[in-house]
Amino acid sequence: MIGQPVNRVDGPLKVSGRATYAYEYWDAGQPLYGCIVGATIGKGRITRIHTENAERAQGVRMVMTHQNVPVQGVRDESVQFEYWRAQPVLTGPDIHYHGEPVALVVAATFEQARAAADLLDVEYTVGRGRFAFAADDDEAYIPKVVNAGLPTDTAVGDFEAGFRAAAVRVDQRYTTPYEFSMPMEPHACLVEPRGEDLVVHVSSQIVDAAQTSVAATLRMAPERIHIVTPFVGGGFGSKLGVHAETILAALAARVLGQPVKVALTRQQIFQLVGMRPTSSQRVRLAAGRDGKLTAIAHDVTMHTNPDLEFAEQTAATTRSLYAAPHRLTSHRLTPLDLPRGADVRAPGEAPGLLAVESAVDELAHALGMDPIEVRIRNEPTVDPERDVPYSDRHLVDCLRDGARRFGWEHRPATPASLREGRWLVGYGMSAAIRGHFQGPTAVQVRLEADGTGVVRTDMTDIGTGTYTILTQVVADGLGLPADRVRVELGRSGLPTSWGSGGSWGAANSCAAAARACAALREKVLVAACGDADSPLHGRDPAGAHFGDGSVRIDGAEGASQALGEIVARHHPEGMEAQGEIRFMGDDPNYSDYSIHTYGAHFAEVGVDADTAEIRLRRMLGVFSVGRVLNPKTARSQLIGGMIWGAGAALEEEAVVDSRSGAFVNRDLAQYLVPVHADVPDVEAVILDGYDDKANLLGAKGVGELGICGAGAAVANAVFNATGLRVRDFPITIEKLLPGLPDVDA
Amino acid sequence: MSEPDTGGGERQAGAAPLSAVELRVNDQVRRLELDPRTSLLDALREHLRLSGTKKGCDHGQCGACTVLVNGRRINSCLTLAVMHEGDEVVTIEGLGAPDDLHPMQRAFVECDGFQCGYCTPGQICSAVGMLAEVRAGSPSHATAEVASSRISLTDEEIRERMSGNICRCAAYPNIVAAIRGIAEGGAA
Repeated sequence: MIGQPVNRVDGPLKVSGRATYAYEYWDAGQPLYGCIVGATIGKGRITRIHTENAERAQGVRMVMTHQNVPVQGVRDESVQFEYWRAQPVLTGPDIHYHGEPVALVVAATFEQARAAADLLDVEYTVGRGRFAFAADDDEAYIPKVVNAGLPTDTAVGDFEAGFRAAAVRVDQRYTTPYEFSMPMEPHACLVEPRGEDLVVHVSSQIVDAAQTSVAATLRMAPERIHIVTPFVGGGFGSKLGVHAETILAALAARVLGQPVKVALTRQQIFQLVGMRPTSSQRVRLAAGRDGKLTAIAHDVTMHTNPDLEFAEQTAATTRSLYAAPHRLTSHRLTPLDLPRGADVRAPGEAPGLLAVESAVDELAHALGMDPIEVRIRNEPTVDPERDVPYSDRHLVDCLRDGARRFGWEHRPATPASLREGRWLVGYGMSAAIRGHFQGPTAVQVRLEADGTGVVRTDMTDIGTGTYTILTQVVADGLGLPADRVRVELGRSGLPTSWGSGGSWGAANSCAAAARACAALREKVLVAACGDADSPLHGRDPAGAHFGDGSVRIDGAEGASQALGEIVARHHPEGMEAQGEIRFMGDDPNYSDYSIHTYGAHFAEVGVDADTAEIRLRRMLGVFSVGRVLNPKTARSQLIGGMIWGAGAALEEEAVVDSRSGAFVNRDLAQYLVPVHADVPDVEAVILDGYDDKANLLGAKGVGELGICGAGAAVANAVFNATGLRVRDFPITIEKLLPGLPDVDA
Repeated sequence: MSEPDTGGGERQAGAAPLSAVELRVNDQVRRLELDPRTSLLDALREHLRLSGTKKGCDHGQCGACTVLVNGRRINSCLTLAVMHEGDEVVTIEGLGAPDDLHPMQRAFVECDGFQCGYCTPGQICSAVGMLAEVRAGSPSHATAEVASSRISLTDEEIRERMSGNICRCAAYPNIVAAIRGIAEGGAA
């Protein structure tokens, strides 16, 4: 089963509208509806809130503001990760960013709550906010570490000397905008009080984080918080932690003693869940005429919220990508009165590779060398900053395979030299790299007396295919047909996982499940071989084979017994075993090896010779991700990531009003994400592989690799088509039009 | 079948007069007493508890709420329920059930035309409605011969006509493959 393109086991539920998301539960009866009211200023102070009109409105049960909110826990920075910390809301009259919640209005119906929310009258004193990002801001500071605990700065060799001495140099600054995860399911929560406990139906990527965070905020024991999140309508980082809707629903449900549900409006998602920081990235590359890099520097400045620091690890993968003796990376933060920066799919790699892989294309152009060849010439033998071997690096294989499949030899060697009718046509490519992470995860596997296997973990399936790949792993591990395996996910009380995020979910949960299966097979064999009434009695378990729901020893000449029968005889209540995967910091492979996934992106674009309209024509990605658990779902994730990359190159940009601190284009008509018409043929190819340093399955993450470098391939194709290099992302018509070349049709 | 649904009695205490509306939803007559501000989307989700129809933006910008009304696809968030007296509404639940899927639903599973599944009911309802529009000869921005009553359903046509349905997981190539397969097979 592992490695087979199995259809999603939750597919029939999802396509028939029967998969239940957080806002859609009715088991506690009719809930009340909460609407969040956000600040209409970006910085300042509430001087007065007139709640009377809202409170008197039809159906209203409560108006919660900072004046009557129950006491909440405080955000505790000694807790290692943000998503496990308390997330108090309505903490006082001070407003820290535009849209910050100032009230929750709870009413009997959604229409009543929404109408009453409009009646709330809030008076403010407007403060002086800092909203405009400038890379050379005097207030830029050096964070202690960057996201994921990575070092802020690194230096190897003597960069300045190496850079000065080189024959060919690139020194460019690239800027990337604020970007949002924008999952299709709005962040939503339905909280049902049950005695002293709260049942929290929430759209969450990490059950343990949600439970801990809600408990810490409401100052309750974690075991009194019951998280339920079997289906998550997309997360892309924005549901790693809980947000105001969850905390407010929980507070209100507790005060009122009734179920309350709250969903963010699409506009509020632009205010309340955080965004990818805007960045200014200086990339310096120096090489000899032979194309060999002698110096690489990647210096990043980003915005941060002043109170809630977030430093995206934008330069981090540059440390492992190419060989060069002299190297620098750095991250700096400029405090702005905007929402907290947050993890958005491929944090760090997505904006970082957009810049670096554009710069490598610029270097290739300056050298007059094919950009694939430049990359191949700079393939390192060991991780150039950590000085440890790579576990399973196949970047060059991806580059070569992709070039062949894409027809790279047809690329116009000279930019702006190929015209087809109205269109200037260009090819671009980019390398992809992403670190592979491992986090503590436990999975329990059970065998029931009817011979079915049950997989239990609080891991989530956010569209990644967890239900399906765990089914495959356990079907293989216990020798069961797939339809005899049931997977239970997304609920507190199940064995604790690190959830979905950082592309670690599949490898963590499947490796732990494989361990659990091994332990369970042991138990089954001990029970059967020691049972005088079993046909397997006295046989050597070393020769055992699990298949078709039975265990057979010594092949066709030997004996077999059905698993259900063994379980029914010895443990009619079921047999179970737990498998665990530990934190990467405690696994020597992760310090002894540089463990990444790799890929090569190829894009063809057409740019209208008169209007500069940019149309993506096709994309190809070739990837190396270790062992593939399910090529169908893995391909889907990779394609999705590639399309995100195209969106980052050409479309996505949230714009701040520098007077008010508001995101002015805060809806899906103005914050452009790729739609059907933007997406041509996109294909992802995955090379066969097995990374024996990653885990016992040899599998690594795929969810974020697809986006890594994909945007740069598109940007480089635009350069190849037009000869114009736009370094201020996204690349839009008005940035190309003034310099559009005159190319004969 | 016909039964009144007052939306849970107590919740409407002291409310302004409600408006009665009768819809035919998935072949069942449903009588509702609704706050006239209730969108068709919220009537389906919050009153009829047919939560297969999704709320993604509530502003007609994402397509997650697409349902078929009198055979035509619409964004159910952009229309009030009381405007649909007597209308025939088909939601994703009406197209098929897990053990009895509509061909389009089956094609989405087969082609992996979704990941998180949240935009999926809207994509599927939209695809079914879209194919009917093509059969009726209704042209799009991508149609080469707008005067022709026969439209060739190229991938470009599918993409153009499906662009009101956003999929943030970006399953677009697989969705197009699913729709193309159904269109070629003539099953929907």
